[in-house]
Amino acid sequence: MKQAISMNVNGVDHAAEVEPRLLLVHYLRDTLALTGTHVGCETSICGACTVLLDGQAVKSCTVLAVQADGGNITTIEGLGVNGNLHPVQEGFWEQHGLQCGYCTPGMIMASAQLIDRNPNPSREEIRHGLDGNLCRCTGYQHIVEAVEYAAKKASA
Amino acid sequence: MAETYVGKRVKRTEDPRLIKGLAHYVDDIRLPDTLHVVFVRSIYAHARIDGIDFSDALKVPGVVAVYTGRDIAEKIGPVPCAAALPDLKVPDYRVLATDKVFFVGHPIAAIVATDKYAARDAVDLISINYEELPAVVDVEAAAGGAVIHESFGNNIAYTLTSGEGDIEAAMQSADRIVSQKMVHQRLAPIAMEPRGVLARYFPGEEELTVWSSTQIPHLLRTQLALMIGIPENKLRVITPEVGGGFGSKLNVYAEEALLGWISMQLGKPVKWIESRRENVAATIHGRAQVGTIEVGVKNDGTITGLRYNVVADLGAYHQLLTPAIPTLTGLMLSGAYRIPAIQMNVTGVFTNKMSTDAYRGAGRPEATYVVERAMDVIAAELKMDPVDVRRKNFPKASEFPFHTATGLDYDSGDYDAALDKALDLSGYQKLRDEQKQARTAGKIMGIGLSSYVEICALGPSQAMPAGGWESATVRIEPTGTVTILTGASPHGQGQETSFAQIAADELGVNLNDVTVIHGDTGVVQYGIGTFGSRATAVGGTAVFIAIQKLKEKAEKIAAHMLQCEASAISFEAGKYCRQTAAAAGAGTSEPVVPVGEAPAGALPEPQTEGRSSLTIQEIALAAHIAKEIPPDTEPGLSATYFFEPKNFTFPFGTHVCVVEIDKDTGEIKIVRYVAVDDCGKVINPLLVDGQVHGGIVQSIGQALYEEVVYDEQGQLVTGELMDYAVPKASQLPWFETDRTETPSPVNPLGVKGVGEAGTIGATPAIVNAIVDALSPYGVKHLDMPVRPEAVWRIIANN
Amino acid sequence: MIPASFDYVRPNTLAEAVALLAENEDAKILAGGHSLIPAMKLRLAQPPLLVDIGRIKDLSYVSQENGQIRVGAMTTHYQIESSDLLKEICPLLPECAAHIGDVQVRNKGTIGGSVAHSDPAGDWPAAMIALNAELVATGKNGDRTIKADDFFVDLMTTALEPGEILREIRINRANGRTGHAYVKMPHPASGFAVVGVAASVGLGADGNCESASVGITGVSSKAYRATGVESGLNGTKLDGQSIANAAGHATDGVDLNGDVFASDEYRKHLAAVYTRRAIALASERAR
Repeated sequence: MKQAISMNVNGVDHAAEVEPRLLLVHYLRDTLALTGTHVGCETSICGACTVLLDGQAVKSCTVLAVQADGGNITTIEGLGVNGNLHPVQEGFWEQHGLQCGYCTPGMIMASAQLIDRNPNPSREEIRHGLDGNLCRCTGYQHIVEAVEYAAKKASA
Repeated sequence: MAETYVGKRVKRTEDPRLIKGLAHYVDDIRLPDTLHVVFVRSIYAHARIDGIDFSDALKVPGVVAVYTGRDIAEKIGPVPCAAALPDLKVPDYRVLATDKVFFVGHPIAAIVATDKYAARDAVDLISINYEELPAVVDVEAAAGGAVIHESFGNNIAYTLTSGEGDIEAAMQSADRIVSQKMVHQRLAPIAMEPRGVLARYFPGEEELTVWSSTQIPHLLRTQLALMIGIPENKLRVITPEVGGGFGSKLNVYAEEALLGWISMQLGKPVKWIESRRENVAATIHGRAQVGTIEVGVKNDGTITGLRYNVVADLGAYHQLLTPAIPTLTGLMLSGAYRIPAIQMNVTGVFTNKMSTDAYRGAGRPEATYVVERAMDVIAAELKMDPVDVRRKNFPKASEFPFHTATGLDYDSGDYDAALDKALDLSGYQKLRDEQKQARTAGKIMGIGLSSYVEICALGPSQAMPAGGWESATVRIEPTGTVTILTGASPHGQGQETSFAQIAADELGVNLNDVTVIHGDTGVVQYGIGTFGSRATAVGGTAVFIAIQKLKEKAEKIAAHMLQCEASAISFEAGKYCRQTAAAAGAGTSEPVVPVGEAPAGALPEPQTEGRSSLTIQEIALAAHIAKEIPPDTEPGLSATYFFEPKNFTFPFGTHVCVVEIDKDTGEIKIVRYVAVDDCGKVINPLLVDGQVHGGIVQSIGQALYEEVVYDEQGQLVTGELMDYAVPKASQLPWFETDRTETPSPVNPLGVKGVGEAGTIGATPAIVNAIVDALSPYGVKHLDMPVRPEAVWRIIANN
Repeated sequence: MIPASFDYVRPNTLAEAVALLAENEDAKILAGGHSLIPAMKLRLAQPPLLVDIGRIKDLSYVSQENGQIRVGAMTTHYQIESSDLLKEICPLLPECAAHIGDVQVRNKGTIGGSVAHSDPAGDWPAAMIALNAELVATGKNGDRTIKADDFFVDLMTTALEPGEILREIRINRANGRTGHAYVKMPHPASGFAVVGVAASVGLGADGNCESASVGITGVSSKAYRATGVESGLNGTKLDGQSIANAAGHATDGVDLNGDVFASDEYRKHLAAVYTRRAIALASERAR
């Protein structure tokens, strides 16, 4: 039986009737057309589907849309404010923190959470903080530098 | 002076859309009325299909059609293999299994439904009667195992001997023969974006468009046209954003043809997005060789000859290049060394597994690994430092071009320089001292080296199955922006930026005024694609030469407009100047009509009166208005070039790896990693660093973590990222990278290529470090992935 | 990977949830979902009804009552990891929480969901055993308390009766000179424990071991108490030798797991090594 849900995504209220089994990532991508959030592994390892749910980074392939009912969601499309890049987005661009770009939205969302909780992370802390996000292209080093750049920028 | 871009750490022009989440991968393209396809795949490695009942599946609301192999076997051509080898056995590879299944994940039926949830539900309602057959899993026993393709009589797909020189005499002239058996385990490429296909047929126009996550849009178009039977000029292949390939998308897959065909049957768009489980089971794998290397060596470390007897696990079928991959191993067996005679004897065998094919490095990592491991085995046997054995056998910089006994001519190189730099950067002697101290203190530490050469810029067409050239069109639009159409199809390597850098410098325009378009066969002239570290060396060269052609024409127009001889024209910083006025022409050329300021109606013609110089963009406008061009000149300003390289390029380098091993548990920690790579001239150091880092990590994955494991029944044990260990950020060291720069004489840019350096050069450095660490325990070799348990067993048994 | 269809209810109170479970015998409780949803996506679990207890007020808390630590079942791993109160009064909980999965998993996954799932390689069960936790279950007959030792019955099987919901974890606050530690070798892909050892060590006035409590996960079909280790430690000086001797009993009487990454023999060895390390660290912290 379908369930009525509503949530605020990137500052916009949405309401829908959905099957309870609808995964949050499919709601965002297929219903709301926010395709920046990707699916990479489906077993909550790779983190490509990371979004912020009520301020917490979660893997949206392992959350039901009905669980997010009433919540506030930020996706990669809503991370920048007033058309400006978020410091993490800027860091990824400046430091070449991406190649194919597929893991990037999830990686950026997880990094945003990381510097939010720890404004001055060590390299070791950055690496551990991103263990829920796989990247097959960059070898992570430029990603670590991107997060360092963002942390510096955000606290400046 | 105008701003120049080549050689600088220019940040990528493709990034804004990617970091904002606004880029479009296949699954991000949404067409109205799209139907979704889900595949039913074999749960057995080898079985006869005695019947398929899908009547219940058809009853699921939303399910539109179910196709099985018997319905369509004759309607779609076989999955192609482009590799040609003498006496190669090529099984008939139908897009859906007909009578038998040959590997776990082998597609059996396609379900089409109005949404993917319904399609998935229908999978559970299809009942298949299997009669299980014995599975061939063990590579070494495969040749004599139960026959997979009955008409062939056995499981040997081909045997091949390659190499030059008198190998018997070479081995006899050695003081000793060093021999080591090594296993190159099966790997999964794991592009973060799985494969995906969207197909849309327009019945009126009789045109089919296929969006696919591929590295080779044009080659795919040709093959799909043949498979589906649609005229090639009615088929358009578009590769939107591609989320990584690593060779896994350098292929033509059953699903690509099927989706196109289904769309033609149903007259609607159809989409299939591969799940990760499908990706691990049914997208090509890499490596999978078991071989024994024998090296003849003099007591002073001089190598006299090398033989490699190897069995290559091809899997159940040939994908596009499957049988050709081990031939690349044969080409690369000389490594960075002077070896008078080399022989490879390879047997390619069928097994009940997914096909192997090109995974980043594609045959070359296998060669580099056995050669570089053998160098350490030799060093250990002769009690020499591994550095000295290598140096002893390097060709000197003055000996290039250097002919190898594998039949190649290495273009340029200075192997000592890269080695010296790596030793210096790593503090090699100091590391050896630290190692002594560590051993005294009861700690386990090891240092590993790898001096590699790789074959890049694939390649001359003579050496390739289907064309080794690349194409480019460069045009300057009437308003002055520059468009580059490249036949290369980058998918993360950053050629939108690096090709724009080349063009901006050559044309004297701003980087932001250059757009690089790729991956759409409806827009871009025929091309080959991005693989084999070729995009810059072959595709970039095509861009460079196309620009020179364009400039020849622009110069003629400039001379005409400035009313002088072409010989009196000079070009600098985007401007054509009459006589010596060049000095006044500083600054980068700007578009003639800034965006948003264009006047209504006619474009403003460039004014030439009293001018001694014209920007190339003014000339482009004049060329399009075509009132002021020389009488014998075609209007427009565009040039196309198809570049055929005369040779491969041969990048090289030395990597140094330092490991520490936990004596209690066998856990391995890479504490330092130094990489000195020489990829010729560098267009963008930022991108080169990124390629090197990423490649090294895939090597670390292979050395320590990754393996596609099939059990004795051929069941896939590592079918998800829960089991198949892709390296994570916290498992990795900080990479210390540097470069030497030896230009390639093969192309005018002097570039060589870097995409595969890390996966070719790094694995042996890591395993050499581990073996070096464990050498006090008498260890000579360990197979990959070196799991802590294997290390612990060595320590525990001593 | 798409779950089979199911119905979904989201009760507001625990009583409603209990009533729903009583009426629907095949219903499953949905907590954070990080164990159940993956199983449903693989269609290994196909419950007809999910009872989502994620919004029930007062199931997410960390508190202290009469010297007893109380953690609500819906408290997330991250809340535990970052709890200043727990860092002070029960540091093993935050330490263990930090080893679970990754940041995103810890943000959404809950201690109750994980404990009730009894994954053989889960981290919490080891800590529950080492801390002698009491697990409070609510059913139609009200609350009942189950000792951690009795809770983990077998592979993904607990002592919870059908219709019961794990609602709270209670841990007696350690007295005197006590130290805790959780150490783990994670699987390189999944992050689950190849071996995970939680240890709690209490010292007597003489500095010798007065009490030892050791829970081990990852090596067998369920987490278990290493009784041989505990008895081997009691009364010892907790020096290297006595710890190593005791740790040698880490897998006494246990059926061991083996897989591609680590055989049963290697796991046995790892259990001893990691037990030794956990006890050494806990002892050091106790001093």
